Amino acid sequence: MPWWLPAGLALSLVALLAGGALLALGFAAGGFDLAETLGQPYLWRVVWFTLWQAALSTLLSVGFAIPLARALARRDFPGRGLLLRLFSLSLVVPVIVAIFGIAAVHGRRGWVNDGLELLGFQGLHYLYGLGGILIGHCFFNLPFVARVLLQALDSVPPESWRVASQYGLRSRDIFRLIEWPALRSVLPGIAGLVFMLCFTSFAVVLTLGGGPRATTLEVAVYQALRFDFDLGRAVTLAVVQLVFCGGIVFCLLRLSVPGNLTLTEGRVYERPDRADPLGRWLDGLLITLGTLFVVLPLAAVALAGFNATASAVLSDPRLWRALGQSLTIALTSGGLALVLGGAVLVSSRILRHRLQRSRAAARLELSASLILVVPPFVLATGLFVLLRPFTDVFALGLPLVVLVNALMALPFVVRFLGGPMMDEAQRHDRLCQSLGIAGWSRLRLIEWPNLRRPAALALAVAATLSMGDLGVIALFGSEDFATLPLLLYRAMGSFRMAEAAVIAAFLSLVCLLVFFAIDTLLGRASIRLPGRSVRHA
Amino acid sequence: MRLFSFVAVLAAMVPLLAGGAAAEEEKRLTVYTYDAFTSDWGPGPRIKEAFEAECGCVLDFVAIDTSGGVLSRLRLEGESSKADVILGLDLNLMAEAKATGLLAPHGVAAEGLTLPVDWSDETFLPFDYGYFAFVYDTEALAQPPRSLKELVEAPDDLKIILQDPRTSTPGLGIMLWVRAVYGEDAPEAWAKLARKTVTTTKGWSEAYGLFLEGEAPLVLSYTTSPAYHMIAEQTERYQAAAFEEGHYMQVEVAAIPKAAPQPELAGQFLAFMVSPGFQTAIPTGNWMYPVVDLPDGLPPEFDKLVDPARPLLFSPEEVSENRQAWVDEWLQAVSR
Amino acid sequence: MHEGPLRESGLGGPVRDPILSVSALTFRYEDMTMVFDLAVGRGDCLALLGPSGGGKSTLLNLIAGFETPLSGRLEIDGRDVTAVEPAGRPVTSLFQEHNLFAHLTVDQNVGLGLDPGLRLDAAQRRAVEEALQSVGLAGLGGRRPAQLSGGQRQRVALARSLVRRRPLLLLDEPFSALDPGLRLEMLDLVDRLRRDHGLTVVMVSHNPEDAHRIAPSTAFLCDGRIAVQGSTADLLADPPLSALAAFLGQGRRDG
Repeated sequence: MPWWLPAGLALSLVALLAGGALLALGFAAGGFDLAETLGQPYLWRVVWFTLWQAALSTLLSVGFAIPLARALARRDFPGRGLLLRLFSLSLVVPVIVAIFGIAAVHGRRGWVNDGLELLGFQGLHYLYGLGGILIGHCFFNLPFVARVLLQALDSVPPESWRVASQYGLRSRDIFRLIEWPALRSVLPGIAGLVFMLCFTSFAVVLTLGGGPRATTLEVAVYQALRFDFDLGRAVTLAVVQLVFCGGIVFCLLRLSVPGNLTLTEGRVYERPDRADPLGRWLDGLLITLGTLFVVLPLAAVALAGFNATASAVLSDPRLWRALGQSLTIALTSGGLALVLGGAVLVSSRILRHRLQRSRAAARLELSASLILVVPPFVLATGLFVLLRPFTDVFALGLPLVVLVNALMALPFVVRFLGGPMMDEAQRHDRLCQSLGIAGWSRLRLIEWPNLRRPAALALAVAATLSMGDLGVIALFGSEDFATLPLLLYRAMGSFRMAEAAVIAAFLSLVCLLVFFAIDTLLGRASIRLPGRSVRHA
Repeated sequence: MRLFSFVAVLAAMVPLLAGGAAAEEEKRLTVYTYDAFTSDWGPGPRIKEAFEAECGCVLDFVAIDTSGGVLSRLRLEGESSKADVILGLDLNLMAEAKATGLLAPHGVAAEGLTLPVDWSDETFLPFDYGYFAFVYDTEALAQPPRSLKELVEAPDDLKIILQDPRTSTPGLGIMLWVRAVYGEDAPEAWAKLARKTVTTTKGWSEAYGLFLEGEAPLVLSYTTSPAYHMIAEQTERYQAAAFEEGHYMQVEVAAIPKAAPQPELAGQFLAFMVSPGFQTAIPTGNWMYPVVDLPDGLPPEFDKLVDPARPLLFSPEEVSENRQAWVDEWLQAVSR
Repeated sequence: MHEGPLRESGLGGPVRDPILSVSALTFRYEDMTMVFDLAVGRGDCLALLGPSGGGKSTLLNLIAGFETPLSGRLEIDGRDVTAVEPAGRPVTSLFQEHNLFAHLTVDQNVGLGLDPGLRLDAAQRRAVEEALQSVGLAGLGGRRPAQLSGGQRQRVALARSLVRRRPLLLLDEPFSALDPGLRLEMLDLVDRLRRDHGLTVVMVSHNPEDAHRIAPSTAFLCDGRIAVQGSTADLLADPPLSALAAFLGQGRRDG
């Protein structure tokens, strides 16, 4: 099998869907008034604002994630494992749920202002505006970035810490000499991903941004498709988005340096910078603030779910039917994302490991994320135009939702599985090559037993991500189809805010449970191999 | 013939998807509408039941995210659409929908309509209407503004939550409302409103949700919104502020595509739409006004609602012609 | 199996019945271009000595097929294998570390040498047992690598190379991390297995003692070339090159 085949197949699917949707829409548009669209000062104001808020959000998310990850790497405390899993989860909270959680904490009548007033201060109205956008984007991305950076810090070999102890390196030196090189190998990739997510952010920017000044390109695309029915303009804007965002992310990648990421047990090493009492205090403060920042909005969502309508909503069979559909979608698209991500990584691993072309490998891995830059409305409408001549799109609704969700989760699978897979190759690739262990045998005997834990983590993230997604189905149109997020929107659209709050809490809880279930059952369960059963601790 | 076999295949597939409940040879009516209409909390389920009992057919709702989505779906499908009825377009989308040439006259006599404006459109038939209004929290605001002008001129610490005219129907509504009241001076009014605006959301749900969270004492919604709180929650805490200039009107309409596979059934549905069987589901399903007099009248809570002195309305053609310019003007004014 | 007395080949001299012949095999790593020519006789044990970065491991990787040469030709057992993938070559490799899969038992690790899908019949299972016996690990088949000592682990890997029945065994410093006594023991084991099973061994080492102990012939590599090849005894007793003398630590004594 040629090295490019697995990634080729997976990425063809991405290109086929994204490119096909854009092209189909482009042809359907009939005419483009490129000059008209590109000549509008409005468009460029929007582009600059989109760039500005995305850059700032990325900078802040990464900027705060670094000290937080360092603090977490230095300290062990009860509940650390739980916290780290919560951190992987912040990404998958449905946007609308997060917005209400954030408003409940940071809003004008939020907990922070309640606290201030209780202490006799005046309330601060800081949420709506650029600050709100940054809070929103940091809520989603900071914990996730911190989690990935922590992974990078954990991959520092223990010898480095022994050397650091022996030479009495101070915290500053440790950062410069040991931690920064470890972080640098993952920073460009993760920053690129965060940048894409913030660049294409829609509801967070519009709602927490406070006004129409805070408009991203996605808003303009939505407007073009839903209000103006200007397909040509929608495609042009989508291409502008693709070019700007994709271009910047690829440039960012030039900064990357090859490195390895090992998924360790997450143990805290004996580092020389743990003893300092001031450092201990500061780390404690950082971890507390970081935890509060992430957990409070989630807690607000959970608390709002305890209202008078809770028992009625929870005993409604429609909720459980929606749960069934959500779980089906989550697990199938999660599984598909895992397979596709694995395929991309098999190829990039060969590039990196056997052919010594780590930059090409990084580019390959990034191409898998580009679907994030295609606005979902364009994707859905384009796919509709593309598939309609051949089939009944209505009947294809469920498979399409699964497929699109899988592709949207692909970048995260690549992020979580990439390091461990490279590491696995480092250890076993040559041995497998020399013994001729390949294909299915290699997957069954070697890769799966060794990669089960990170694969479970990747699957858990992908599945919960799909679970929280509203789904393209809402854009296609559907009948007799209701996932939990769809049910949540419907409740809100019919004044049922209390019911919606229950569904939101329920959805978050289900995401949490699915995440933990996959992580625990798959990541830790015993496995059988031919010959003898093998139990993993 | 090809179209026929296409439809036949579809008709055969739908019961499979719906759980195989219906027999194959049953007549099916396909209605494209927006998501909230068909939701379990919306009027859709009651209407489906009532119409199916009357027509001996199966009514399939295809739920699309927004009313804008309904129209673009029809445009994308064009002549080969399987929609028998499109339901839920806003008055402001009418001119554009008509210009597609995809719609046929509905052929239903619109005589018994109790709409506050005359209705003579041959393509579109209204099924409900309402008025935009600022809903306020009586516990946070004792004295609501009594006119749009009073709101505009109020001190800037009076906070409101609005929707974006680029992404939502109420957003478009307030933009037209301000235009109707202020005319050419709309930009100045918007500049003043912008200073009071806590946030401008993508859609109604976000705005109303934030309002209920206490993020602002005033939110753009409908005069009928308090009815929900009074009927479902038995509270009079949330009230609409009556504005002297009048309230901008929203009319929701339906139409039959030229290519409807079941034009007769579609006509039957539109006639049913302006009959009590459909209309009784509107007040407490869509929380809007019905377009005919109901045999049992409106729920008593509706009597307590603001009854606008004057409905404000631009013609669909005026909206269609000026929408882009007015949105740009609004954007300019509020972005300053 | 052929096991004749070894005639010591002189510098670049002809090797009788070569099992491995490397001609003008070219490889580039970053700025360094390496060109290798080498012949190893059937049943011989050749030590590859040389300073770090000289290309020893690269040569071994090229022979094993882990690296692809830019040009040149590689013949093993009379067959051109330049373009053959690693598993298809009549060689088996022992690395410095990661020779075993930590999650598999000793039996399974050895069994992989017989079937990469690990579906073994009774005869193959017996072969695994015999191989373990011949490396002195009888009865330890159920253990995991973590439960073995470093020497035992390399014995498992040796057992696996035996069941694979490939005529050419490539050793990339597999014993360098072991205690001196244990290392010599392992070298002797390799020597015994070579004789018993008619193997040819190519061994990378940075320790001349290893060569002395079991390798009748030696090739000295530096700067990506084979600088000299010949009888180990001759080369080590009287280094014909100053680079070799320096490598052996004899450079200074001349002065």
